[in-house]
Amino acid sequence: MDSSGAQASGTFDADRRNASWWVDRVVQALVFTGGVSAIVLIIGIFVFITGHGFGFITDHMDVGEFFTSPKWRPTSDNNPTYGALALIAGTASVTGLAMLVAVPFSLGAAIFIAEFAKGKTREVLKVLVELLAAIPSVVWGFIGLSIMNPLIIETFDVPVGLNVLNAGVILGLMAAPIMTTIAEDALKAVPEGFREAAEALGATRWQVIFKVVLPAARNGLVAAVLLGVGRGFGETMAVLMASGHSINLPTSPFDSVRALTATIAAELGETAAGSEHYQALFTLGILLFGVTFVINLTADLFIRGRRKP
Amino acid sequence: MADPSALADSPGADSPAAEYAIRTRDLNLWYGTFQALFDVDLDIKDGIITSLIGPSGCGKSTLLRSINRIIDRLGYVRTTGSIEVLGHDVQRDDVELVQVRKQVGMVFQRPNPLPLSIRDNVIFGYRLHSGEKISKDRRDEIVEDALQQVLLWDQVKDRLGSPATALSLEEQQKLCIARLLPVKPALLLMDEPCSALDPEATSAVEELIWELRGRFTIVIVTHNMAQARRASDECVFMLMGKVIEHSPTERMFVTPTAQETSDYIEGRYG
Repeated sequence: MDSSGAQASGTFDADRRNASWWVDRVVQALVFTGGVSAIVLIIGIFVFITGHGFGFITDHMDVGEFFTSPKWRPTSDNNPTYGALALIAGTASVTGLAMLVAVPFSLGAAIFIAEFAKGKTREVLKVLVELLAAIPSVVWGFIGLSIMNPLIIETFDVPVGLNVLNAGVILGLMAAPIMTTIAEDALKAVPEGFREAAEALGATRWQVIFKVVLPAARNGLVAAVLLGVGRGFGETMAVLMASGHSINLPTSPFDSVRALTATIAAELGETAAGSEHYQALFTLGILLFGVTFVINLTADLFIRGRRKP
Repeated sequence: MADPSALADSPGADSPAAEYAIRTRDLNLWYGTFQALFDVDLDIKDGIITSLIGPSGCGKSTLLRSINRIIDRLGYVRTTGSIEVLGHDVQRDDVELVQVRKQVGMVFQRPNPLPLSIRDNVIFGYRLHSGEKISKDRRDEIVEDALQQVLLWDQVKDRLGSPATALSLEEQQKLCIARLLPVKPALLLMDEPCSALDPEATSAVEELIWELRGRFTIVIVTHNMAQARRASDECVFMLMGKVIEHSPTERMFVTPTAQETSDYIEGRYG
């Protein structure tokens, strides 16, 4: 505090730390914790899931049966079997159909918002799409049960309306908003100069979009679709409610199926912790975790990836 | 020579006005409520290079960008009056912009090659307008011809498939000129084509523009007095959205008639 005197004589206290220094330190530590928490959490979750599922993989699992048998009978008294093929097929078929619904919807919406809508329309649309993404999945499941179900029964004259078609459409509508948002960001990131150049060369609006903007935004668009696929794989509640939840290898969109996620959600509460069944469910979790991890990682690489024309 | 009969279905094309490539009458332009051009009457002769000069914000780029109506992209631009390009009023609502832009090529301030290969950039405009499949040989012929004309062929002939955005700025700007040529426009509009380039690249591109003289009507916006003097036949001096003086380059720089022109040329403002 007697700095004036100290400075006058040409010396000063180089070690003096005031409150700002400490605040800086604390904030740095906080931000660092926030930053690494994502890494810690993901490793933690991975360790947790594998820890619980690993016993099954080493002791009971028949890899051939797991991936090729559609017989998921974990509660059978004399001979429980753990074939996940039907569950994998259920998740895959629902997600596949969902993408058939979501890709055209979301790309169309993204192109409209990014390239055509102006001013207020654009802002309102963006907000609405984001709101759509915030609808809880149980609400979507409810729509699947109470609206889609009778609609499908009536339209296609089938006995059950809870099936691949129902879950696929619901999941597609669920995934579309987030895909729209990411795809729109990708389109917006294409420099104006490209559009201007193409237009000045005499390209129509459609030609500008199709020949310049979409190719330039390709990586971001692929990432949008992949994140949608990841969302589809991981979605539980809506699929549980709309898919019929019966073990089947689907041969048509009107077959009921059961998803990996829905199986875990429905059965985990009923099993004894540490039992074979319990561990098998965690093995399904490992599979899901692995698949979504790979999909999201790929999407991320695409977003970061340098475009190669 | 530019061919004014390219839009031959027009009655205007055969009239005496054909010696002018561009004629504007009472052209006023507003960005929202801001008026950027005031009663511009301009006759730009066919087949020569005309420079638009004037201080920043005087409306020269605005004028240039309204000739091919690329300015419409902004969405809040309103114009009155007429702009005749090769005898056609491009301001009319029923004008087909694609056809206008086929006749009027544009080079921008910053080189803006499309995110495609060098080859695809050159052929892009041609593909848009030809409307049919082009054989590989024909394509290669067109690409080589265009790149030869802009003196770029020797540098890039071995890497036509690599991305155009990886070229140097000078090469990019030459490429941006090259891609206009296969479309065979009558007019080239250049909006400060050298402002992003270093002095050496500038003189290379200027030389190229001079090479193209006579084959196209060229209108070039520039900030650079020396460039206007070196590289153009006629000059248009604009100030505050109005055309102050339009005369042969020689006369404008030696004996300007308006006080504002001589002040600007001598560097008193701008």
